[in-house]
Amino acid sequence: MITGILIFWPLIAALLLLAVKGEQVKKLAFAASLIEFAVALVAYYQFQLNASTQFGINAPWIASLGINFHVGIDGISLLLVLLTAFLVPVIILSTFGHEYKNATVFYSLILFMQMALIGVFVALDGFLFYIFWELALIPIYFICLLWGGDGRGKITFKFFIYTLSGSLFMLLGLIYLFLHTPGHHSFDIDALYQAGRALGGTAQSFVFWCMFLAFAIKMPIFPFHTWQPDTYTVAPTPGTMLLSGIMLKMGIYGLIRWLLPITPIALHDWGFTAICLSVIGIVYASCIAIVQKDMKRLIAYSSIAHVGLISAGVFSLTAQGLQGAMIQMFSHGINVVGLFFIVEIIAKQTHTREIEKLGGIRSVAPGFAVFFLIVLLGSVALPLTNGFVGEFLLINGVYQYDALTAGFAGLTIILGAVYMLRTYQSVMLGESNAFTAKFIELNNVEKAVLIPLVIMIIAIGVYPKPLLDITEPAVKLLIEKYFISMN
Amino acid sequence: MKALIILSGLGVISLLAEILNFKKRLFPIVLIGLVLAIIMNTLDWGTAVYHYKMMYFDDFAVAFSEIILVIALLWFIMSANYFKEETNLTDHFALILFALAGAIVMVSYANMTMLFIGIEILSLSLYVLAGSRKSDPSSNEAAFKYFLMGSFATGFLLFGITLIYGTTGSFDLREIWAFINVHPNDLPGMFYTGVILMLVGLSFKVSAVPFHFWAPDVYQGAPTVVSAFMATIVKTAAFAAFFRLFQTCFSSLDSVWATIIWVMAGLTLVLGNVTAVYQTSVKRMLAYSSVSHAGYMLLAILAMNSFSSGAILYYSAAYSVATIGAFAVLYLVIYNRGNDSLDSFNGLAKDNPFLAFGMTVAMLSLSGIPPLAGFFAKYYIFTAALQEHYIGLVVIAILSSLVGVYYYFRIIINMYFKTAENTNPIHLETSQKVLIVITVALALAMGLFPDFIIRLL
Repeated sequence: MITGILIFWPLIAALLLLAVKGEQVKKLAFAASLIEFAVALVAYYQFQLNASTQFGINAPWIASLGINFHVGIDGISLLLVLLTAFLVPVIILSTFGHEYKNATVFYSLILFMQMALIGVFVALDGFLFYIFWELALIPIYFICLLWGGDGRGKITFKFFIYTLSGSLFMLLGLIYLFLHTPGHHSFDIDALYQAGRALGGTAQSFVFWCMFLAFAIKMPIFPFHTWQPDTYTVAPTPGTMLLSGIMLKMGIYGLIRWLLPITPIALHDWGFTAICLSVIGIVYASCIAIVQKDMKRLIAYSSIAHVGLISAGVFSLTAQGLQGAMIQMFSHGINVVGLFFIVEIIAKQTHTREIEKLGGIRSVAPGFAVFFLIVLLGSVALPLTNGFVGEFLLINGVYQYDALTAGFAGLTIILGAVYMLRTYQSVMLGESNAFTAKFIELNNVEKAVLIPLVIMIIAIGVYPKPLLDITEPAVKLLIEKYFISMN
Repeated sequence: MKALIILSGLGVISLLAEILNFKKRLFPIVLIGLVLAIIMNTLDWGTAVYHYKMMYFDDFAVAFSEIILVIALLWFIMSANYFKEETNLTDHFALILFALAGAIVMVSYANMTMLFIGIEILSLSLYVLAGSRKSDPSSNEAAFKYFLMGSFATGFLLFGITLIYGTTGSFDLREIWAFINVHPNDLPGMFYTGVILMLVGLSFKVSAVPFHFWAPDVYQGAPTVVSAFMATIVKTAAFAAFFRLFQTCFSSLDSVWATIIWVMAGLTLVLGNVTAVYQTSVKRMLAYSSVSHAGYMLLAILAMNSFSSGAILYYSAAYSVATIGAFAVLYLVIYNRGNDSLDSFNGLAKDNPFLAFGMTVAMLSLSGIPPLAGFFAKYYIFTAALQEHYIGLVVIAILSSLVGVYYYFRIIINMYFKTAENTNPIHLETSQKVLIVITVALALAMGLFPDFIIRLL
């Protein structure tokens, strides 16, 4: 029941919103997303901390093809549902200082997107998962196309084609699995698990690459990342936040839920390749980030590096690696949204995002500087911030898999500190110049966005146990199942 | 069967309308007649009656007739304006209604002569309709090309039927099937030649590569509403006829035709989609898109399993609904902005958001984006083909559908992203609004609840 509300409330709200005209749209959208957050919190409090799937709904949808509307929440899903429900109101609030034309459509697309994202994280039927996966693409495409920056036509189109091609190969993999389910065929997750595990090595590799392609493009993992920096840069900031904060987690979630348990043999054969790609991505993206001039682009590349570490942790197939991936997904969502919002504030006041043109903002806006510093330290994984918990576990996980790889993966922390602190130095410190002299302190709305983010960054860094407790049983079960099927 | 009688009767009534002077009331009469035909056809469901061993109204025939009739109803609503301007109103009505009667025969034949007659009734009416803009040279060219190519196709088909008759001594589908089962290994070369000739003839009709050359020129030259008729109703009927023949007669001979259809499907998918990218005229682009969709449906014929008939039924319904929607918008754009180039769609979203939304849904459905009908159609076809392990062909289909997304989205980008130079607001009539609402609703409803259609067959 509660899962149904979580999925359909944003959809209903999006449709209702279309009937509203004028100023109240953003407030109503914010209210709708707060209600969704409240529902997610209720789900969190009612959730039993064990490995089972709870709040399940299983209703026939396309009965003749074995497709059901099967949704449910376990620990892994719950964390991402909480992340989505927490970030969407923050993102909507962050737009309060900006007037978008056709605001009605803009906000209902955001809520529509939330519906699809929640759907992806709770779907337990392969076909349903695919539908939600694709549904998430439509609103974000139109958000970027209609409200993006210069050159958006070509860039957003590249993004669309890229992700769609991955999705279609995933569809191929899913249909292949579906046709190998016993009897009258079914898309149910357990049936697909069994069908996948019963396949031979070659067939599993085929399915693995079909699905991996979709997830790797979404995250993105090197060398499938070429759409990402342009799209993040050209998209309107709320769109970038949705893409980086929540949407890329679809890819990681897909790996954990729809790839690890289905193709164990292929994972054994190809896992190292996947880790290598992830680690190459970490080093490569960090190096490119160092030489970026545009702040938004820099954060885009840093995001590739962070995601590379998460995916390496997932493919290490250790409890630490997976737990680290879970918590780092949550932390990365918070940090990256905070960073993009800070860039948006700077760009709005100084009309530039170029690092070299800025400087000395701290001397005119010390309060802003504190917020920026905390978010930034979270992002470079300083101990007692949220980033540290995740990256520590992730590198620990990768180390158990292979020490040398962990060494390269660990570069992300050093290189991350290099480009982030350098950015902070040249943007915030020193003398203020023509661009930054008139920088005004944060207003109340901006504070209202940043304060919850900062609280989360510190709270998770100091006491991550509540979040770790949510996912731990489910992650353990996943790993147990994996090793059972390997023996 | 009753639907066929009603349609023929309506055709005759339209011819009389000129003499008996009730031209103005003809349009409502035809609409009511069509609704009646839909009702009577629905009542035929599950009865499966043989009519003189010539026609067999099984569920397959009734389901396809239903789709043809519903699409025809939508088509009439779309063309209401066109009929207002036409002087030879009654001739047009009669020709369209006879073409529909031909389409019904094509989906319900039990005898090769009926197949031939159905195709001829349909085609002859369309040759005339394609050339109905007499003062326009491109319309004349379209009619001439269509006639010439169509005659070739009919010739192949007839020759094939003759050779098969020469071997089996029968036109009856079930008798031919029985003959093949009795002599599985000692069929003469003449018979196989006949099968391949029929395959070629039908491939002309469904415009599969390499027999597609007529389609772009004819679609572009013919009046827009006639192109819409060809892209939807004619395509559906031709595929139903194609599938019925190969399923009831030649399904055991797949070693003869499987490779040919494999190659044709691959070529159709790749060439149809890739060529569409290079078109600047939207009408011509839709023509190539119609060619490419034939490629997907050929996959279902190739698979020839329990999914196939449902897949073709669903695909043609989903494709026709989206195509009617697209042509309805295209018709209005041509009417108001003078031409059908891609640029004429610039800034449509600002000009008339409702129209742009209708076109967007049609394009999304044609490119196969969930949850619209076009996605489920492709999904179902892929499932049918993968069941028979045609992985290579499905990969080709996936890649070419990505190319498809490219040209469908170009229209969306033009509508929302570019600005028009001179815009005069486009006025919509109620009937056109209703039509667009219906196509959008159908595309969504069929996508969300596909079970209602695929469970039929």
